Amino acid sequence: MATAPRFWRQNPSRYNMVGIRCNSCGRNFFPPRAICPVCHRKSVGKMELVKYKGEGRIYSFTEVHDGLDERASLKPYVVAMVELEEGPKVTAQVIDCDPCTVEIGTKVRAVLRKLSEEGDAGVIHYGYKFVPVKEK
Amino acid sequence: MRRVAVIGVGDTKFGELWDASFRDIGIKAGLAAVEDANISAEKIDALFVGNMSAGRFIEQEHIGALIADYAGLAKDHIPATRVEAAGASGGLALRQGYMAIASGLHDIVVVGGAEKMMDVSDVASAFIQSSAADQEWETELGATFPSLHALIARRHMHEHGTTREQLADVAVKNHRHGSMNPKAQFQKEITRDTVLGSLMVSSPLRMFDCAPSSDGAAAVVLCPLDLAKNYTETPVEIVGSGQASDTLALHHRRDIMTFDATRVAAERAFKMAGVTQKDVDVAEVHDNFTISEILAIEDLGFFKKGEGGKATEDGRTSLDGDVAVNTSGGLKARGDPIGATGLAQAVEIVTQLRGKADKRQVKDASVGLTHNVGGTGATAVVHVFRRV
Repeated sequence: MATAPRFWRQNPSRYNMVGIRCNSCGRNFFPPRAICPVCHRKSVGKMELVKYKGEGRIYSFTEVHDGLDERASLKPYVVAMVELEEGPKVTAQVIDCDPCTVEIGTKVRAVLRKLSEEGDAGVIHYGYKFVPVKEK
Repeated sequence: MRRVAVIGVGDTKFGELWDASFRDIGIKAGLAAVEDANISAEKIDALFVGNMSAGRFIEQEHIGALIADYAGLAKDHIPATRVEAAGASGGLALRQGYMAIASGLHDIVVVGGAEKMMDVSDVASAFIQSSAADQEWETELGATFPSLHALIARRHMHEHGTTREQLADVAVKNHRHGSMNPKAQFQKEITRDTVLGSLMVSSPLRMFDCAPSSDGAAAVVLCPLDLAKNYTETPVEIVGSGQASDTLALHHRRDIMTFDATRVAAERAFKMAGVTQKDVDVAEVHDNFTISEILAIEDLGFFKKGEGGKATEDGRTSLDGDVAVNTSGGLKARGDPIGATGLAQAVEIVTQLRGKADKRQVKDASVGLTHNVGGTGATAVVHVFRRV
């Protein structure tokens, strides 16, 4: 069982979808990283934290039937790779919908939800999941 | 740089080896390789061991010294090194052994790979395997190791028209090959219906799209090519060795339908070997999932991107195809004791190039290839072998 700080330090990105922009080339990365993989040392001192809108589209998805124990009550659940409007892709669950309606290209937005908990008295982990957005 | 040859190979049966411990299987494979090479213990200069996660599977780290000790080599104080890169641990260990000899540092090197997966529950095993992916930004957000491959499969089907049946054909072929391998975990043939009717794991991937958990070990003995004839009539030269890395998380890739690490490792290995894909008679590729073999045969350059499914369906990767892929049964049917897999691939290719693969022998095989992947493609190792 991990201690709380391990998860706590990721909270800005997990809770608020805070990524990072390289102001040398303008590219976005999520989660934040120290160095831009395109600009390398030129990016040092030019990496700026940015709060993303949390909106994007499903790039690929799967319905997980044989998940890890801690999510047993959710099975089957949908995991998707989402391409955010800012550019980066992330992997997360898609919830609050009939799994059958999820498709490549479906518009989604991030919401804050419980990810997992470490037993009855342990730390509860929160973070982003995605819900489909109705398009006009 | 010195040329390097394989002079001995050995392995255990793969599967649920309830009566054997980690050290038992490691020693069994190593001893078989040493006997095959006909060398005495005093000749061994160094040991490399591929292993992904003994610390979590059997709560034992420090595997290099452990295996050297139980191989009876503690008194000789040989350098013994563990090598880890998730699923590619074995292939990477082989490359370390190759470099140790090519550089002139050592003459006789034993490279082994071992994993004991059955001493933990299925659930614990799934957790451990998922640590090959990005724990903080994939697994903790809900992804499992199979689900990441399902994301690849879904997108490959979407963009390239790969069919559910073509994925099944990978498993059917590899089980057919496995039925001819007495060391394989599964030696029964299956049909498309077996795959399509099996339990859903992570759509579109079903149970028979996934390699099993396994116990097992495999090993090779390496020496400089110019000394090889002292030990064996049938040395096999390692003519190319390529390794490459990529982003740890799948979602950070340039393209999730291509493992660039495989592509680059293969380019490096082929360039070094001075051969092309057309020269390869037999290949052991990393089919931990059926979609993985489709990617592998495309990214290694045997078939164009998007045509791997069709090539499989048309039998072009079967024993008598353009290139015989996974004649051992692959990870799917031979089994996938993670750290052992890269070495088991080398054992199969050497066996094929010696002409000793019995019912699954590829006719006149002279050039072979191994392809070992860690995680969802963050590490890839490719070796090219040639009959001397």
